[in-house]
Amino acid sequence: MIQFHNVSKTYPNGSIGLRHINLTIEEGELVVIVGSSGAGKSTLLRSINRLHDITEGDIQVGGKSITHAKDKELRRIRRDIGMIFQSFNLIKRATVLNNVLSGRVAYHSTFRTMLGMFPREDIELSLHALERVNIREKAYIRADQLSGGQQQRVSIARALAQEAKIILADEPVASLDPLTTRQVMDDLKRINQEMRITTIINLHFIDLAREYATRIIGLRAGEIVFDGSPEQATDEAFADIYGRSIRHDEMLGGEV
Amino acid sequence: MKPAVPGSGRKSPPDIQLIRGRYKRIATWLLIIVVFILCSIHIHATPYKLMTGLPQMGSLLQEMIPPDWSYIPTIWQPIMETIQIAIVGTTLGGILAIPVALLCAYNMMPNKWVSIPMRVILNLVRTIPDLLFASIFVAMFGIGPFAGMLALLFFSFGIIAKLTFESIEAIDPGPLEAMTAVGANRLQVIMFGVVPQAFPYFVSYFLYTFEVNIRAASVLGLVGAGGIGILLDRSLGLFRYDRASMIILITLVIVLAIDYGSTRIRRSLL
Repeated sequence: MIQFHNVSKTYPNGSIGLRHINLTIEEGELVVIVGSSGAGKSTLLRSINRLHDITEGDIQVGGKSITHAKDKELRRIRRDIGMIFQSFNLIKRATVLNNVLSGRVAYHSTFRTMLGMFPREDIELSLHALERVNIREKAYIRADQLSGGQQQRVSIARALAQEAKIILADEPVASLDPLTTRQVMDDLKRINQEMRITTIINLHFIDLAREYATRIIGLRAGEIVFDGSPEQATDEAFADIYGRSIRHDEMLGGEV
Repeated sequence: MKPAVPGSGRKSPPDIQLIRGRYKRIATWLLIIVVFILCSIHIHATPYKLMTGLPQMGSLLQEMIPPDWSYIPTIWQPIMETIQIAIVGTTLGGILAIPVALLCAYNMMPNKWVSIPMRVILNLVRTIPDLLFASIFVAMFGIGPFAGMLALLFFSFGIIAKLTFESIEAIDPGPLEAMTAVGANRLQVIMFGVVPQAFPYFVSYFLYTFEVNIRAASVLGLVGAGGIGILLDRSLGLFRYDRASMIILITLVIVLAIDYGSTRIRRSLL
Protein backbone atom coordinates (compact mmCIF):
# COMPACT_ATOMS: atom_id res chain seq x y z
CA MET A 1 0.00 0.00 0.00
CA ILE A 2 1.25 3.45 -0.91
CA GLN A 3 -0.15 6.49 0.87
CA PHE A 4 0.37 10.15 0.07
CA HIS A 5 -0.55 12.50 2.88
CA ASN A 6 -0.90 16.09 1.73
CA VAL A 7 2.23 15.89 -0.41
CA SER A 8 3.61 18.99 -2.11
CA LYS A 9 6.78 19.57 -4.03
CA THR A 10 8.23 22.93 -4.94
CA TYR A 11 11.42 22.98 -6.97
CA PRO A 12 14.28 25.22 -5.85
CA ASN A 13 13.54 27.55 -8.76
CA GLY A 14 10.03 28.07 -7.39
CA SER A 15 8.11 26.00 -9.93
CA ILE A 16 5.55 23.68 -8.44
CA GLY A 17 5.78 19.92 -9.02
CA LEU A 18 3.03 18.58 -6.79
CA ARG A 19 0.24 20.31 -4.92
CA HIS A 20 -1.48 18.81 -1.88
CA ILE A 21 -1.63 15.22 -3.14
CA ASN A 22 -3.69 12.82 -1.06
CA LEU A 23 -3.71 9.38 -2.53
CA THR A 24 -3.88 5.74 -1.49
CA ILE A 25 -2.86 2.97 -3.83
CA GLU A 26 -3.84 -0.53 -2.75
CA GLU A 27 -1.85 -3.68 -3.23
CA GLY A 28 -2.15 -5.27 -6.66
CA GLU A 29 -3.58 -2.23 -8.41
CA LEU A 30 -2.40 -1.26 -11.87
CA VAL A 31 -2.56 2.50 -11.79
CA VAL A 32 -1.89 4.55 -14.87
CA ILE A 33 -1.07 8.20 -14.38
CA VAL A 34 -1.94 10.52 -17.23
CA GLY A 35 -1.55 14.22 -17.82
CA SER A 36 0.14 16.59 -20.21
CA SER A 37 3.89 16.99 -20.01
CA GLY A 38 4.91 19.07 -17.02
CA ALA A 39 1.78 18.08 -15.10
CA GLY A 40 3.91 16.32 -12.47
CA LYS A 41 3.57 12.66 -13.50
CA SER A 42 7.25 11.94 -13.28
CA THR A 43 7.61 13.90 -10.05
CA LEU A 44 4.77 11.93 -8.48
CA LEU A 45 6.28 8.60 -9.51
CA ARG A 46 9.80 9.48 -8.42
CA SER A 47 8.63 10.74 -5.08
CA ILE A 48 7.40 7.23 -4.25
CA ASN A 49 10.95 5.83 -4.12
CA ARG A 50 12.37 9.23 -3.23
CA LEU A 51 14.43 9.73 -6.33
CA HIS A 52 12.83 13.14 -5.88
CA ASP A 53 12.45 14.62 -2.43
CA ILE A 54 9.15 16.22 -1.53
CA THR A 55 8.96 19.54 0.26
CA GLU A 56 5.81 18.94 2.29
CA GLY A 57 3.74 16.04 3.56
CA ASP A 58 4.55 12.38 3.99
CA ILE A 59 4.65 9.32 1.78
CA GLN A 60 4.30 5.86 3.27
CA VAL A 61 5.22 2.70 1.44
CA GLY A 62 4.01 -0.49 3.05
CA GLY A 63 3.30 1.41 6.26
CA LYS A 64 6.81 2.88 6.50
CA SER A 65 7.49 6.54 5.86
CA ILE A 66 9.99 6.87 3.02
CA THR A 67 9.98 10.61 3.52
CA HIS A 68 11.59 10.28 6.94
CA ALA A 69 13.68 7.17 6.29
CA LYS A 70 17.42 7.45 6.94
CA ASP A 71 20.11 6.02 4.62
CA LYS A 72 19.91 2.33 5.40
CA GLU A 73 16.18 2.29 5.93
CA LEU A 74 15.66 4.24 2.70
CA ARG A 75 17.69 1.72 0.74
CA ARG A 76 15.69 -1.06 2.35
CA ILE A 77 12.42 0.47 1.19
CA ARG A 78 13.82 1.13 -2.28
CA ARG A 79 14.88 -2.50 -2.51
CA ASP A 80 11.22 -3.46 -2.61
CA ILE A 81 10.37 -0.97 -5.36
CA GLY A 82 11.40 -1.78 -8.92
CA MET A 83 11.71 1.02 -11.42
CA ILE A 84 11.41 1.04 -15.19
CA PHE A 85 12.59 4.02 -17.20
CA GLN A 86 11.80 5.45 -20.61
CA SER A 87 15.45 5.10 -21.62
CA PHE A 88 15.83 1.62 -20.03
CA ASN A 89 18.91 2.74 -18.06
CA LEU A 90 20.79 -0.49 -18.52
CA ILE A 91 24.54 -0.83 -18.41
CA LYS A 92 24.96 -1.12 -22.14
CA ARG A 93 28.36 -2.79 -22.10
CA ALA A 94 27.40 -5.44 -19.55
CA THR A 95 25.64 -8.70 -20.33
CA VAL A 96 21.89 -8.99 -19.97
CA LEU A 97 22.36 -11.34 -17.00
CA ASN A 98 24.65 -8.90 -15.20
CA ASN A 99 22.12 -6.16 -15.73
CA VAL A 100 19.41 -8.29 -14.17
CA LEU A 101 21.73 -9.32 -11.34
CA SER A 102 22.38 -5.67 -10.53
CA GLY A 103 18.82 -5.68 -9.18
CA ARG A 104 20.13 -7.85 -6.35
CA VAL A 105 22.86 -5.58 -4.99
CA ALA A 106 20.80 -4.19 -2.13
CA TYR A 107 20.43 -7.71 -0.72
CA HIS A 108 24.15 -8.19 -0.16
CA SER A 109 27.08 -6.56 1.59
CA THR A 110 28.99 -3.88 -0.26
CA PHE A 111 32.12 -6.02 -0.18
CA ARG A 112 30.46 -9.01 -1.74
CA THR A 113 28.82 -7.02 -4.52
CA MET A 114 32.05 -5.14 -5.27
CA LEU A 115 33.66 -8.47 -6.08
CA GLY A 116 30.62 -9.38 -8.17
CA MET A 117 30.13 -12.55 -6.12
CA PHE A 118 26.42 -13.16 -6.42
CA PRO A 119 25.16 -16.42 -4.92
CA ARG A 120 23.94 -19.23 -7.12
CA GLU A 121 20.30 -18.55 -6.14
CA ASP A 122 20.56 -14.99 -7.42
CA ILE A 123 21.67 -16.21 -10.81
CA GLU A 124 18.81 -18.73 -10.87
CA LEU A 125 16.40 -16.00 -9.85
CA SER A 126 17.69 -13.68 -12.56
CA LEU A 127 17.47 -16.32 -15.26
CA HIS A 128 13.96 -17.09 -14.10
CA ALA A 129 13.08 -13.41 -14.30
CA LEU A 130 14.38 -13.34 -17.87
CA GLU A 131 12.24 -16.36 -18.62
CA ARG A 132 9.16 -14.51 -17.42
CA VAL A 133 9.73 -11.82 -20.03
CA ASN A 134 10.71 -14.37 -22.68
CA ILE A 135 14.31 -13.41 -23.27
CA ARG A 136 16.16 -16.06 -21.32
CA GLU A 137 18.16 -16.99 -24.41
CA LYS A 138 19.68 -13.49 -24.47
CA ALA A 139 21.19 -13.83 -20.99
CA TYR A 140 24.83 -13.80 -22.08
CA ILE A 141 24.55 -11.16 -24.79
CA ARG A 142 25.65 -7.58 -24.24
CA ALA A 143 22.67 -5.38 -23.44
CA ASP A 144 23.41 -2.92 -26.25
CA GLN A 145 22.97 -5.69 -28.81
CA LEU A 146 19.25 -5.91 -28.03
CA SER A 147 16.38 -3.98 -29.58
CA GLY A 148 14.59 -1.32 -27.58
CA GLY A 149 11.71 -3.60 -26.65
CA GLN A 150 14.09 -6.33 -25.52
CA GLN A 151 16.09 -3.85 -23.45
CA GLN A 152 12.92 -2.70 -21.74
CA ARG A 153 12.13 -6.32 -20.92
CA VAL A 154 15.59 -6.69 -19.40
CA SER A 155 14.77 -3.78 -17.14
CA ILE A 156 11.50 -5.44 -16.19
CA ALA A 157 13.45 -8.59 -15.40
CA ARG A 158 15.76 -6.49 -13.23
CA ALA A 159 12.74 -5.34 -11.22
CA LEU A 160 11.58 -8.96 -10.93
CA ALA A 161 14.99 -10.19 -9.80
CA GLN A 162 14.82 -7.46 -7.20
CA GLU A 163 11.71 -9.25 -5.89
CA ALA A 164 9.96 -5.91 -5.93
CA LYS A 165 6.53 -5.59 -4.40
CA ILE A 166 5.89 -2.40 -6.31
CA ILE A 167 6.90 -1.51 -9.85
CA LEU A 168 7.10 2.11 -10.96
CA ALA A 169 7.29 2.64 -14.71
CA ASP A 170 8.05 6.12 -15.99
CA GLU A 171 6.91 6.35 -19.63
CA PRO A 172 8.08 2.76 -20.24
CA VAL A 173 6.95 2.67 -23.87
CA ALA A 174 7.64 6.23 -24.97
CA SER A 175 10.69 5.23 -27.00
CA LEU A 176 9.22 2.03 -28.47
CA ASP A 177 7.29 1.32 -31.64
CA PRO A 178 3.56 0.39 -31.42
CA LEU A 179 4.12 -3.37 -31.65
CA THR A 180 6.79 -3.63 -28.94
CA THR A 181 4.79 -1.13 -26.90
CA ARG A 182 2.02 -3.70 -26.63
CA GLN A 183 4.42 -6.51 -25.79
CA VAL A 184 5.97 -4.50 -22.97
CA MET A 185 2.58 -3.39 -21.66
CA ASP A 186 1.38 -7.00 -21.82
CA ASP A 187 4.41 -8.08 -19.79
CA LEU A 188 3.72 -5.44 -17.17
CA LYS A 189 0.05 -6.38 -16.99
CA ARG A 190 0.77 -10.09 -16.74
CA ILE A 191 3.31 -9.58 -13.97
CA ASN A 192 0.85 -7.35 -12.17
CA GLN A 193 -1.84 -10.00 -12.33
CA GLU A 194 0.19 -13.15 -11.78
CA MET A 195 2.47 -11.86 -9.04
CA ARG A 196 0.15 -9.27 -7.50
CA ILE A 197 2.85 -6.61 -7.87
CA THR A 198 1.40 -3.14 -7.42
CA THR A 199 2.21 -1.32 -10.64
CA ILE A 200 2.15 2.40 -11.33
CA ILE A 201 2.76 3.53 -14.88
CA ASN A 202 3.08 6.98 -16.40
CA LEU A 203 1.68 7.01 -19.91
CA HIS A 204 0.83 9.60 -22.46
CA PHE A 205 -1.22 7.30 -24.70
CA ILE A 206 -4.76 7.53 -23.40
CA ASP A 207 -6.08 4.49 -25.23
CA LEU A 208 -3.34 2.37 -23.65
CA ALA A 209 -4.26 3.80 -20.27
CA ARG A 210 -7.89 2.75 -20.73
CA GLU A 211 -6.91 -0.67 -21.97
CA TYR A 212 -4.43 -1.69 -19.30
CA ALA A 213 -5.23 0.23 -16.15
CA THR A 214 -7.44 -0.86 -13.28
CA ARG A 215 -7.41 2.74 -12.15
CA ILE A 216 -6.55 5.99 -13.90
CA ILE A 217 -5.25 9.07 -12.17
CA GLY A 218 -5.19 12.36 -14.02
CA LEU A 219 -2.76 15.10 -13.09
CA ARG A 220 -2.88 18.74 -14.09
CA ALA A 221 -0.44 21.34 -12.81
CA GLY A 222 0.61 19.09 -9.93
CA GLU A 223 -2.90 18.35 -8.76
CA ILE A 224 -5.03 15.23 -9.01
CA VAL A 225 -7.97 16.21 -11.22
CA PHE A 226 -9.22 12.72 -12.02
CA ASP A 227 -9.23 9.44 -10.13
CA GLY A 228 -11.43 6.66 -11.37
CA SER A 229 -11.90 3.47 -13.31
CA PRO A 230 -11.03 3.19 -17.01
CA GLU A 231 -14.76 3.21 -17.77
CA GLN A 232 -15.16 6.57 -16.11
CA ALA A 233 -12.24 7.97 -18.09
CA THR A 234 -14.24 9.15 -21.08
CA ASP A 235 -12.92 11.42 -23.80
CA GLU A 236 -14.55 14.31 -21.95
CA ALA A 237 -12.77 13.34 -18.76
CA PHE A 238 -9.43 13.30 -20.60
CA ALA A 239 -10.17 16.62 -22.22
CA ASP A 240 -10.66 17.96 -18.73
CA ILE A 241 -7.36 16.46 -17.51
CA TYR A 242 -5.45 17.95 -20.42
CA GLY A 243 -7.38 21.19 -20.31
CA ARG A 244 -8.09 20.82 -24.04
CA SER A 245 -9.42 18.26 -26.50
CA ILE A 246 -7.49 15.07 -27.16
CA ARG A 247 -4.93 15.13 -29.91
CA HIS A 248 -4.30 12.44 -32.46
CA ASP A 249 -0.76 11.75 -31.21
CA GLU A 250 -2.11 10.88 -27.78
CA MET A 251 -3.65 7.73 -29.19
CA LEU A 252 -1.46 4.78 -29.99
CA GLY A 253 -4.11 3.39 -32.31
CA GLY A 254 -4.01 -0.11 -33.78
CA GLU A 255 -5.87 -3.11 -32.41
CA VAL A 256 -7.66 -2.21 -29.21
CA MET B 1 30.38 37.67 -52.01
CA LYS B 2 30.49 41.42 -52.60
CA PRO B 3 32.99 43.47 -50.63
CA ALA B 4 31.44 45.01 -47.58
CA VAL B 5 30.96 48.72 -48.11
CA PRO B 6 30.23 50.54 -44.86
CA GLY B 7 26.60 51.57 -44.79
CA SER B 8 25.49 49.28 -47.59
CA GLY B 9 24.20 46.68 -45.13
CA ARG B 10 21.70 49.03 -43.61
CA LYS B 11 18.81 47.67 -45.65
CA SER B 12 17.94 44.71 -43.43
CA PRO B 13 19.20 43.33 -40.09
CA PRO B 14 20.61 40.02 -41.41
CA ASP B 15 22.99 41.93 -43.73
CA ILE B 16 24.46 43.83 -40.83
CA GLN B 17 25.05 40.59 -39.00
CA LEU B 18 26.73 39.11 -42.04
CA ILE B 19 29.12 42.04 -42.38
CA ARG B 20 29.79 42.14 -38.68
CA GLY B 21 30.61 38.43 -38.79
CA ARG B 22 33.06 39.00 -41.62
CA TYR B 23 34.86 41.84 -39.81
CA LYS B 24 35.05 39.68 -36.75
CA ARG B 25 36.66 36.87 -38.73
CA ILE B 26 39.22 39.15 -40.38
CA ALA B 27 40.04 40.75 -37.03
CA THR B 28 40.51 37.34 -35.42
CA TRP B 29 42.94 36.21 -38.10
CA LEU B 30 44.86 39.49 -37.94
CA LEU B 31 45.14 39.16 -34.19
CA ILE B 32 46.48 35.60 -34.44
CA ILE B 33 49.06 36.63 -37.05
CA VAL B 34 50.21 39.66 -35.06
CA VAL B 35 50.57 37.61 -31.87
CA PHE B 36 52.55 34.98 -33.72
CA ILE B 37 54.94 37.51 -35.31
CA LEU B 38 55.45 39.36 -32.02
CA CYS B 39 56.28 36.10 -30.26
CA SER B 40 58.71 35.09 -32.98
CA ILE B 41 60.55 38.42 -32.77
CA HIS B 42 60.81 38.20 -29.00
CA ILE B 43 62.37 34.76 -29.00
CA HIS B 44 64.60 35.58 -31.98
CA ALA B 45 62.99 32.89 -34.09
CA THR B 46 63.92 34.21 -37.52
CA PRO B 47 64.28 32.36 -40.82
CA TYR B 48 67.85 33.70 -40.95
CA LYS B 49 68.76 31.88 -37.78
CA LEU B 50 67.33 28.67 -39.15
CA MET B 51 69.37 28.98 -42.34
CA THR B 52 72.66 29.51 -40.52
CA GLY B 53 72.01 26.60 -38.16
CA LEU B 54 70.97 24.03 -40.73
CA PRO B 55 74.48 22.99 -41.89
CA GLN B 56 75.30 22.20 -38.25
CA MET B 57 72.36 19.87 -38.16
CA GLY B 58 73.60 18.11 -41.26
CA SER B 59 76.99 17.37 -39.77
CA LEU B 60 75.34 16.19 -36.58
CA LEU B 61 73.16 13.79 -38.48
CA GLN B 62 76.22 12.57 -40.34
CA GLU B 63 77.90 11.71 -37.06
CA MET B 64 74.80 9.90 -35.89
CA ILE B 65 74.87 7.53 -38.81
CA PRO B 66 75.63 4.70 -38.52
CA PRO B 67 74.54 4.10 -34.93
CA ASP B 68 77.04 2.33 -32.69
CA TRP B 69 75.58 -1.17 -32.59
CA SER B 70 78.25 -2.39 -30.18
CA TYR B 71 76.70 -0.08 -27.60
CA ILE B 72 73.59 -2.26 -27.25
CA PRO B 73 74.89 -4.57 -24.48
CA THR B 74 75.83 -1.53 -22.38
CA ILE B 75 72.48 0.21 -22.76
CA TRP B 76 70.30 -2.85 -22.36
CA GLN B 77 70.18 -2.71 -18.57
CA PRO B 78 69.32 1.02 -18.34
CA ILE B 79 66.73 0.60 -21.09
CA MET B 80 65.00 -2.06 -19.04
CA GLU B 81 65.21 0.20 -16.02
CA THR B 82 63.52 2.95 -18.03
CA ILE B 83 60.62 0.68 -18.88
CA GLN B 84 60.36 -0.50 -15.28
CA ILE B 85 60.26 3.09 -14.01
CA ALA B 86 57.46 3.83 -16.47
CA ILE B 87 55.48 0.72 -15.51
CA VAL B 88 55.65 1.27 -11.76
CA GLY B 89 55.16 5.04 -11.96
CA THR B 90 52.18 4.86 -14.31
CA THR B 91 50.52 2.05 -12.36
CA LEU B 92 50.76 3.77 -8.98
CA GLY B 93 49.77 7.11 -10.48
CA GLY B 94 46.79 5.50 -12.19
CA ILE B 95 45.59 3.81 -9.00
CA LEU B 96 45.89 7.07 -7.08
CA ALA B 97 43.98 8.85 -9.84
CA ILE B 98 40.80 6.79 -9.40
CA PRO B 99 39.55 8.11 -6.05
CA VAL B 100 40.67 11.63 -6.90
CA ALA B 101 38.84 11.54 -10.24
CA LEU B 102 35.68 10.47 -8.40
CA LEU B 103 36.09 13.33 -5.92
CA CYS B 104 36.63 15.87 -8.71
CA ALA B 105 33.61 14.95 -10.83
CA TYR B 106 30.60 17.13 -10.03
CA ASN B 107 28.13 14.32 -10.70
CA MET B 108 29.88 12.10 -8.12
CA MET B 109 30.74 14.80 -5.61
CA PRO B 110 28.09 17.51 -5.73
CA ASN B 111 29.68 19.10 -2.67
CA LYS B 112 31.80 21.85 -4.23
CA TRP B 113 33.77 22.27 -1.02
CA VAL B 114 35.39 18.96 -1.86
CA SER B 115 35.46 18.89 -5.64
CA ILE B 116 36.84 22.36 -6.26
CA PRO B 117 39.83 22.06 -3.88
CA MET B 118 40.56 18.66 -5.42
CA ARG B 119 40.58 20.24 -8.85
CA VAL B 120 42.91 22.99 -7.70
CA ILE B 121 45.34 20.41 -6.34
CA LEU B 122 45.09 18.45 -9.55
CA ASN B 123 45.81 21.53 -11.65
CA LEU B 124 48.76 22.33 -9.44
CA VAL B 125 50.18 18.85 -9.95
CA ARG B 126 49.68 19.15 -13.68
CA THR B 127 51.45 22.51 -13.83
CA ILE B 128 54.71 20.99 -12.62
CA PRO B 129 56.61 19.39 -15.53
CA ASP B 130 57.94 15.88 -15.10
CA LEU B 131 61.61 16.94 -15.14
CA LEU B 132 60.99 19.42 -12.34
CA PHE B 133 59.33 16.66 -10.32
CA ALA B 134 62.33 14.47 -11.02
CA SER B 135 64.78 17.15 -9.83
CA ILE B 136 62.77 17.69 -6.67
CA PHE B 137 62.68 13.97 -5.87
CA VAL B 138 66.36 13.52 -6.68
CA ALA B 139 67.03 16.25 -4.14
CA MET B 140 64.81 14.48 -1.63
CA PHE B 141 65.64 10.81 -2.20
CA GLY B 142 68.97 10.96 -3.93
CA ILE B 143 70.06 9.98 -7.42
CA GLY B 144 68.46 6.85 -8.83
CA PRO B 145 65.37 5.33 -10.36
CA PHE B 146 63.22 5.77 -7.25
CA ALA B 147 63.13 9.53 -7.78
CA GLY B 148 62.26 8.97 -11.44
CA MET B 149 59.47 6.60 -10.53
CA LEU B 150 57.99 9.16 -8.13
CA ALA B 151 58.22 11.87 -10.77
CA LEU B 152 56.28 9.74 -13.23
CA LEU B 153 53.82 8.74 -10.53
CA PHE B 154 52.80 12.37 -9.97
CA PHE B 155 52.94 13.17 -13.65
CA SER B 156 50.67 10.23 -14.60
CA PHE B 157 48.39 10.89 -11.67
CA GLY B 158 47.78 14.43 -12.96
CA ILE B 159 46.99 13.40 -16.51
CA ILE B 160 44.93 10.29 -15.74
CA ALA B 161 42.89 11.91 -12.96
CA LYS B 162 42.07 14.93 -15.12
CA LEU B 163 41.02 12.94 -18.19
CA THR B 164 39.14 10.35 -16.14
CA PHE B 165 37.10 12.82 -14.13
CA GLU B 166 36.07 14.51 -17.35
CA SER B 167 34.83 11.18 -18.74
CA ILE B 168 33.05 10.45 -15.49
CA GLU B 169 31.20 13.72 -15.83
CA ALA B 170 30.15 12.74 -19.33
CA ILE B 171 28.65 9.33 -18.44
CA ASP B 172 24.97 8.54 -18.87
CA PRO B 173 23.26 9.31 -15.52
CA GLY B 174 20.47 6.82 -16.29
CA PRO B 175 22.16 3.69 -14.91
CA LEU B 176 23.11 5.61 -11.75
CA GLU B 177 19.47 6.51 -11.23
CA ALA B 178 18.49 2.90 -11.86
CA MET B 179 20.99 1.64 -9.31
CA THR B 180 19.84 4.21 -6.76
CA ALA B 181 16.26 3.08 -7.32
CA VAL B 182 17.29 -0.53 -6.75
CA GLY B 183 18.47 0.43 -3.26
CA ALA B 184 22.22 0.39 -3.89
CA ASN B 185 24.50 2.38 -1.59
CA ARG B 186 27.01 4.92 -2.87
CA LEU B 187 29.82 2.47 -3.46
CA GLN B 188 27.48 0.03 -5.17
CA VAL B 189 26.14 2.80 -7.41
CA ILE B 190 29.71 3.62 -8.40
CA MET B 191 30.63 -0.02 -8.94
CA PHE B 192 27.56 -0.89 -11.01
CA GLY B 193 26.69 2.45 -12.57
CA VAL B 194 29.93 4.38 -13.01
CA VAL B 195 32.70 1.81 -13.36
CA PRO B 196 31.25 -0.08 -16.34
CA GLN B 197 30.84 3.19 -18.19
CA ALA B 198 34.09 4.92 -17.24
CA PHE B 199 36.50 1.97 -17.05
CA PRO B 200 37.25 1.69 -20.78
CA TYR B 201 38.17 5.37 -20.84
CA PHE B 202 40.33 4.99 -17.78
CA VAL B 203 42.24 2.10 -19.35
CA SER B 204 42.64 4.07 -22.53
CA TYR B 205 44.08 7.08 -20.69
CA PHE B 206 46.25 4.80 -18.63
CA LEU B 207 47.81 3.25 -21.71
CA TYR B 208 48.22 6.63 -23.37
CA THR B 209 50.01 7.94 -20.28
CA PHE B 210 52.20 4.86 -20.25
CA GLU B 211 53.32 5.65 -23.80
CA VAL B 212 54.09 9.23 -22.85
CA ASN B 213 55.93 8.01 -19.76
CA ILE B 214 58.26 5.75 -21.73
CA ARG B 215 59.46 8.83 -23.58
CA ALA B 216 59.56 10.88 -20.40
CA ALA B 217 61.45 8.14 -18.54
CA SER B 218 64.18 8.15 -21.17
CA VAL B 219 65.13 11.74 -20.30
CA LEU B 220 64.73 11.44 -16.53
CA GLY B 221 68.39 10.48 -16.35
CA LEU B 222 69.35 14.02 -17.39
CA VAL B 223 68.58 15.11 -13.84
CA GLY B 224 69.87 11.89 -12.30
CA ALA B 225 66.52 10.16 -11.84
CA GLY B 226 67.54 6.82 -13.35
CA GLY B 227 66.92 5.16 -16.67
CA ILE B 228 68.59 5.51 -20.03
CA GLY B 229 68.83 9.29 -19.80
CA ILE B 230 72.17 9.16 -17.95
CA LEU B 231 73.80 7.37 -20.85
CA LEU B 232 72.11 9.67 -23.33
CA ASP B 233 73.48 12.65 -21.46
CA ARG B 234 76.94 11.12 -21.31
CA SER B 235 77.00 10.23 -25.01
CA LEU B 236 76.02 13.76 -25.94
CA GLY B 237 78.61 15.19 -23.55
CA LEU B 238 81.36 13.08 -25.16
CA PHE B 239 80.12 14.00 -28.65
CA ARG B 240 79.38 10.29 -29.29
CA TYR B 241 76.40 11.00 -31.50
CA ASP B 242 76.54 7.47 -32.90
CA ARG B 243 75.80 6.17 -29.43
CA ALA B 244 73.09 8.76 -28.84
CA SER B 245 71.41 7.71 -32.07
CA MET B 246 71.58 4.08 -30.94
CA ILE B 247 69.73 5.01 -27.76
CA ILE B 248 67.16 7.00 -29.71
CA LEU B 249 66.71 4.10 -32.10
CA ILE B 250 66.09 1.58 -29.30
CA THR B 251 63.71 3.97 -27.58
CA LEU B 252 61.87 4.37 -30.86
CA VAL B 253 61.50 0.60 -31.23
CA ILE B 254 60.10 0.29 -27.72
CA VAL B 255 57.74 3.22 -28.14
CA LEU B 256 56.47 1.79 -31.40
CA ALA B 257 55.93 -1.62 -29.84
CA ILE B 258 53.99 -0.11 -26.93
CA ASP B 259 52.03 2.17 -29.26
CA TYR B 260 51.01 -0.82 -31.29
CA GLY B 261 50.05 -2.91 -28.27
CA SER B 262 48.08 -0.20 -26.52
CA THR B 263 46.28 0.88 -29.68
CA ARG B 264 45.08 -2.68 -30.08
CA ILE B 265 43.92 -2.91 -26.49
CA ARG B 266 42.19 0.44 -26.66
CA ARG B 267 40.42 -0.44 -29.87
CA SER B 268 39.06 -3.65 -28.39
CA LEU B 269 37.84 -1.76 -25.33
CA LEU B 270 35.96 1.13 -26.89
